[in-house]
Amino acid sequence: MGALSEFRLMRATSAADAVRLRGEFPASRFIAGGTDLLPNMRRGLTGAEVLIDLGGVDEIRELRRDGDVLRIGAGVTLATLSADPTVVARLPALAQAALAVAGPTHRRAATLGGNLCLDTRCQYYNQSEDWRRGNDFCMKRSGDVCRVAPKSSRCYAAFSGDVAPALLALGAEVEVLGPQGLRRLPLADFYIDDGMAWLALGPDELLVAVMVPLVAGRTSAYEKIRVRGAIDFPLAGVAVALRRDGELIGELRVACTGVSSRPEFIAGLDELVGKPLDDAALATMERHLKRGIQPMETTLVSVPYRRRATPLLAKRLVRRLWEEARQGA
Amino acid sequence: MKKLLTLMVNGRPREDAVAENALLIDYLRDTLGLTGTKQGCDGGECGACTVLVEGEPRLACSTLAHSAEGRHIETIEGLSTAGNLSRLQRAFHEHLGAQCGFCTPGMIMAAEALLRRTPQPSRDEIRAALAGNLCRCTGYVKILDSVEAAARCGDVAEVAA
Repeated sequence: MGALSEFRLMRATSAADAVRLRGEFPASRFIAGGTDLLPNMRRGLTGAEVLIDLGGVDEIRELRRDGDVLRIGAGVTLATLSADPTVVARLPALAQAALAVAGPTHRRAATLGGNLCLDTRCQYYNQSEDWRRGNDFCMKRSGDVCRVAPKSSRCYAAFSGDVAPALLALGAEVEVLGPQGLRRLPLADFYIDDGMAWLALGPDELLVAVMVPLVAGRTSAYEKIRVRGAIDFPLAGVAVALRRDGELIGELRVACTGVSSRPEFIAGLDELVGKPLDDAALATMERHLKRGIQPMETTLVSVPYRRRATPLLAKRLVRRLWEEARQGA
Repeated sequence: MKKLLTLMVNGRPREDAVAENALLIDYLRDTLGLTGTKQGCDGGECGACTVLVEGEPRLACSTLAHSAEGRHIETIEGLSTAGNLSRLQRAFHEHLGAQCGFCTPGMIMAAEALLRRTPQPSRDEIRAALAGNLCRCTGYVKILDSVEAAARCGDVAEVAA
């Protein structure tokens, strides 16, 4: 892997200071854990003249409960998140998703904000500079054609963070700090279905926190398929949040990762509320799910496999949560 | 541009002029000559470069040297005391946990962090703690055996020293 390009490293003392520095130096980037950014910089996938180190910003490392909302700072590490007692007990999908990211050493450095803002991935993009040059590059970096869909005018690199689908299923909101102050938006509105511009985040904005509602009676889970169980990015990942009212579905929320350029909240499942969880309901869920995802040849594993595996993962999780909810009731 | 980096390495205070874009692994290997920390995949995928930062395992190839400012770094060279192997080093030697040896420093540092946190880990806890450390020779059984053996002879004071 190549050496890091020259840059200045500046240590932000607060979130507001980080945003100010970002405005002052247009060719800058934020760095927190650095587990994705640094390898990407060394592969020539991204560059910066100034790196703004968020390691000294304590205010984004708070994790606290305000009534029925858990407020998680964007600088909380994935290791902390996956072991937090409230997260484990009340938001199991989030704990499982955080635990499913990379290996244990990555999770001690990697942050919630970093995983939510994770660069999109593709087999034609996450390669060395020489590899990409040999392939005449791709539109996401240095080229002008999407190697996955050569006739397309857009990039289809896949969003591959594990935590975002869990938070989408759990109905989270995010807090973003910019020069004009704080703004708050649903996590679903934080993402755009474009492999090159997948975040609705202004150039000098910083993701500072995530607010997750703690909903009584809701269970949740996250599962992913990957090449190596110990470490890899998802080929497909599914998060489910479910509330069971006796023999009827009280709430069903599903979100996916690795199968579109943004984490995909599956729309249309409201029609299942008030119905029993039978084969017809699962078939309806599968139909909505297949409509909502668009796996492309961004990984070495085939598109048909990921297209079939994603609804299977969802059905497995829903059945499991349904049974657990019955036993828990 | 170089900036002054002040930190502790293996219990000794250090002050060095280090480039802002230097990685922790390059600082340890090239500036300090601590070549026990290995550069494997060099992209955060194999765990060979695992060192301890404030007792927590970190990938030195994906960490900026300057992010260790004011911290205490421990490498494989810091484990033995007065020429005596640490219990993990001894266990890896006696239970054949090292074959070619390239992943061994990373394995031992990750295991060291585990044993300090969980002195008597289960086999599953050992597997989970070493999940990000790849070995291309032995197939892991003897590595897990070695960590188990080190935990059994558990003299915590020896490890902490």
